[in-house]
Amino acid sequence: MTRTPLRPLARIIDARKNGQNPDQIEAAERAKRNQATQQKLRRRAEARLTMLGLVFFLGFIAIGGKMAVLAMREPAEPQMAMTDSRIYSQRADIVDRNGITLATNLITTSLYAQPQMMINPERAAKELVKIFPDLKLKTLLGQFTGKRRFVWVRKKISPEQQQNVHNIGEPGLLFGPREMRLYPNGAMAAHILGGTGFGKEDVRAAELVGVAGVEKYFDERMRDPAQLDKPLQLSIDLTAQATTRRVLEGGMKIMKAKGAAAVLMDVHTGEVVSMVSLPDFDPNERPQPLVKGDPSDSPLFNRAAQGVYELGSTFKLFTAALALDKGLMNENTMIDTKGPIKWGKFKIRDFHNYGSKLSMMDVIVKSSNIGTAHMAQTIGGKAQQKFLGQLGFFEPTSLELTESRHIKPLVPKNWSELSTMTISYGHGIAATPLHLASAYATLSNGGFQVKPTLIKSDRDNLHGERIMSDDTSKVVLRMLRNVVTRGTASFGEVKGYSVGGKTGSADKPKPSGGYYKDRVIATFAATFPTYDPKYVLVLTLDEPSIQAAGEKRRTAGWTAVPVAAELITRLAPILNMRPEVAGNGKVQYTQVKN
Amino acid sequence: MRSLFYLVCSAFVIGLAYWAYKENYKTQVSLREVKELQQQIAQEKETIAVLNAEWAYLNRPDRLRDLVDLNFADLKLIPLLPSHFGDSEMVSYPTPDPYDINAPVSVNSDGGENGGQQP
Repeated sequence: MTRTPLRPLARIIDARKNGQNPDQIEAAERAKRNQATQQKLRRRAEARLTMLGLVFFLGFIAIGGKMAVLAMREPAEPQMAMTDSRIYSQRADIVDRNGITLATNLITTSLYAQPQMMINPERAAKELVKIFPDLKLKTLLGQFTGKRRFVWVRKKISPEQQQNVHNIGEPGLLFGPREMRLYPNGAMAAHILGGTGFGKEDVRAAELVGVAGVEKYFDERMRDPAQLDKPLQLSIDLTAQATTRRVLEGGMKIMKAKGAAAVLMDVHTGEVVSMVSLPDFDPNERPQPLVKGDPSDSPLFNRAAQGVYELGSTFKLFTAALALDKGLMNENTMIDTKGPIKWGKFKIRDFHNYGSKLSMMDVIVKSSNIGTAHMAQTIGGKAQQKFLGQLGFFEPTSLELTESRHIKPLVPKNWSELSTMTISYGHGIAATPLHLASAYATLSNGGFQVKPTLIKSDRDNLHGERIMSDDTSKVVLRMLRNVVTRGTASFGEVKGYSVGGKTGSADKPKPSGGYYKDRVIATFAATFPTYDPKYVLVLTLDEPSIQAAGEKRRTAGWTAVPVAAELITRLAPILNMRPEVAGNGKVQYTQVKN
Repeated sequence: MRSLFYLVCSAFVIGLAYWAYKENYKTQVSLREVKELQQQIAQEKETIAVLNAEWAYLNRPDRLRDLVDLNFADLKLIPLLPSHFGDSEMVSYPTPDPYDINAPVSVNSDGGENGGQQP
């Protein structure tokens, strides 16, 4: 650029010549120059502003564009934050006390149809019936050719069946993943586990909902996402449970019984180690509940926790325990057994005539109704009610089964003196075998209340309130032991395990009122070993009868007791109990060791 | 001096941009890998669940009992009974191995009765 001087020599000379002021030229030149500079600065500022505007514009466009993209796109889960990739399981497992699986989940496939996508509905229906013989061709055809746009064909199918359905080649038949509940041990713990059904159903998944048993009781815990990985540990011992079921099934057949139940309970914790009710069912294919007839005839009915029965003479021990604990009598007190006792229209008789007097021990050993009724009269109804209440006979048990939550024992509304007398030997009160087991646990563990539970506990004892003295408990155990060694339960002796127990046979009530003459509920409540009780076993047979020693026998001593003895023989070694051999210098059966 | 500063700055920016570009792709690759791994883990877990279920099913007491009955000739397994418990007194002490060459042997010149200790 050629720089114009402020005082161009030519113009200055000319100005001087003409007598003008040369400074004016300089001022004009200076002004011109300033103007040019200003213009240049302005242009530059304008350019900068435009540039800045452009940058802002592009920035806003970028942010706006990103926002639009984010708003339009389907949200994706942050992949890095996904630590637990176990997306399938939606229900926790159930295991036994040793960690063996009782219930788990399995992924299977569900089969559904979308008829509007079908090419040849008739052929599809025909082929499906070939694969699933229980489907009805007519129904399927109706569903496929009708107006429905969606049809569930099968909720669970096996991989082979899926392949066969693939082979049909029908585009309208579709599969969805489906989680199912599997009970690998089948009917083994059916009544405890209960079962599951499908809740809300979708093509992609279906809710698994507990419908009975612990599955229903713990439904929320089982579905709690935070606890999915932690299996629910039950107090059940699968081996003991299997053995109980096996022996009970055999015993039921031999005794021609209609049903049977057994409860094995830890006396110190109330943990139910095995609980069986027969007949039972397979929880994988849970049967429908009966619509008509007696619900207790259904295999779904849990005789051990739901069935209330008059448990008969097993109640005599409670009367004896109370009399002992109150200090009213001791085991040698002689009690009047002259009979029958007449009470209005009612007569109390004994099975045999036991003479005019028996010691308290012998009243229990020989199972005299008259003697027990006299004991109850001495005690009085109030104290008896209170004691039975403390033993849990007025409330449902605390067992974690939905079915048993509302099962209250049946007791007379009006507790008369006659009720006191009959209830003393177990008539006029009906309870579940589970109630009996927990009451016997209290008798055996030194007099502490226990709460029956199905959940494994890490503690050695869960003793509740003490309701009778340790000494009473010891005398009661001695009585129970004597019933087995020389009383009505002589078939109950198992060498080395010092079994003590009490039989009970009660006539079954007719639905129309009164009692059947030839139908009984035979019960044996046992505790073993009596020198240091660990378990109680309550075994109940419904309508047993056996031809033995030339007679048809129905009483518990001939029916329930031998089965229980076989059961204890098999169970005790499984439960890690060593037989104590008398003569080994360690234990005599009359000794009480703690 | 100033232009050198600009030059360095722009070179730095270009370098950063290149690094960010690289990191971006690396992250994407890692994410893809994580996704695959998680799918794999889920699959393995499912397999484990199936195998556990199968194990439990194959070890169900009914089946084991049937197997025991079927193989009675070979295995001769019977239910555990109280009579199977033994006492520690019933177990005899192990007899020492008469051919143990490492057992200490005392030797003296008598060579007779008092010498050689029976192993």
